Amino acid sequence: MQTNTRILAKEFEYLAPKTLDEALNLLNVYKDKQLKIIAGGTDLLVKMKTTDLNVDYLMNIKGIEELEYIDTEKGLKIGAVTSLSYIAKEKKVKARYSALYESIHSIAAPAIRNMGTVAGNLGNASPAADMIPPLMVYGAKIKLLGKQRERTILVEDFITGVGKTLLEPDELISEIIIPEVDVHSGSAFLKKSRVKADLSKINCAVYIIREKNICKDCRIAFGSVGITVLRANKTEHLLKGKVINSELINRAALEASLEIKPIDDIRSTADYRKAISRTLLKDCLDLAWSRVKN
Amino acid sequence: MDKIPVEFTLNGQKKQIMVFPNDLLINILRDELYLTGTKYGCGIGECGACTVFINDEPVLSCLTLAASVNGKEITTIEGLAKGNELHPMQIAFLKNAAVQCGFCTPGMILTAIALLKENPNPTEEEIKEYMRGNICRCTGYVQIIKAIKACASEQNKVKR
Repeated sequence: MQTNTRILAKEFEYLAPKTLDEALNLLNVYKDKQLKIIAGGTDLLVKMKTTDLNVDYLMNIKGIEELEYIDTEKGLKIGAVTSLSYIAKEKKVKARYSALYESIHSIAAPAIRNMGTVAGNLGNASPAADMIPPLMVYGAKIKLLGKQRERTILVEDFITGVGKTLLEPDELISEIIIPEVDVHSGSAFLKKSRVKADLSKINCAVYIIREKNICKDCRIAFGSVGITVLRANKTEHLLKGKVINSELINRAALEASLEIKPIDDIRSTADYRKAISRTLLKDCLDLAWSRVKN
Repeated sequence: MDKIPVEFTLNGQKKQIMVFPNDLLINILRDELYLTGTKYGCGIGECGACTVFINDEPVLSCLTLAASVNGKEITTIEGLAKGNELHPMQIAFLKNAAVQCGFCTPGMILTAIALLKENPNPTEEEIKEYMRGNICRCTGYVQIIKAIKACASEQNKVKR
């Protein structure tokens, strides 16, 4: 298929609601039509330029002020259209959610981060989405709003496949809810890519709760190694309740490399991904462990 | 598809134009408003040649719908100089031979200005990190980094 990235060849009707109510009404009216929601547009417009994606109505929600906020009172509550660069500048994110902070900084470049949103990263549901592993290990949830309903789903359950989510045609993502982190916890995010501005060959997020030398709880997620971001459940089980030493970490690293399900694609090979996942997990665990404040 | 009205400020001037819903900002700037300083490089957000400021923040005009800039303030490379007086970053790029073919330059200059606004005294690593979304085929980046450092120290001199 010949692509022309200079222009948007698709013709569509443009909707720009100013309030959340307006947006939900429009979603309800157009729920049987090919309506796509746009915020930053950094994924959607690329898809519209380079694939067959059918869009008859494009609804821009970036102008809805009610959806742009970060509430830091309890954990983090992030409005759907808050830009990534704004989120990264919030002190509490850098201080307590290291994995999320690092994942945002690993994304593309400043311009993209000024445009992009967390809701977009989730809605686009790429297995390579950098913010999904951190959100998963923090136990984050997202709020979906429809005209007459509201539901809250774990990020882990929301994404069901490559580009596939539980979002219904008459719903939008309104908020991302991240619980408070444990006082004795540390987290980290690492990513391997061709160049720093690139999408990941593999990425990893770890959240670990520590009591002296024992791992009280840990959550591990890998991206770009399956059809969705994967929780490394068996690896977590190896570590939970155990004394952390280098022998155990090495065993965990091996288990992780067996748990992930990478393929060969344009960015890397299954073999490389399996091999590097061991180092990545080890480094990520070490970092998260060392970040726990006593 | 009908045209829709868009109102915005462009390099300090109020503009009111009609655009198609699928018009991209980069094409409106270049083809309708004749501001060809902003360049088309890749069209998919990976090269930075199309960088402009929207409300003083660098964004990619190849991935911005023209209709979405209603009520915003846009600055292109053409809006930096004040009459014949170049912006300090432009001067630094010229003085440090950071311009060869010039294609990446508008995007580089705008992004660099945003960098110094956020971080007035960046290290070389910080410069490379911030500028990683702007690609150059000619210079090998050495002179560009030098220019940004020079502009930073010029600006810090003035502050004292």
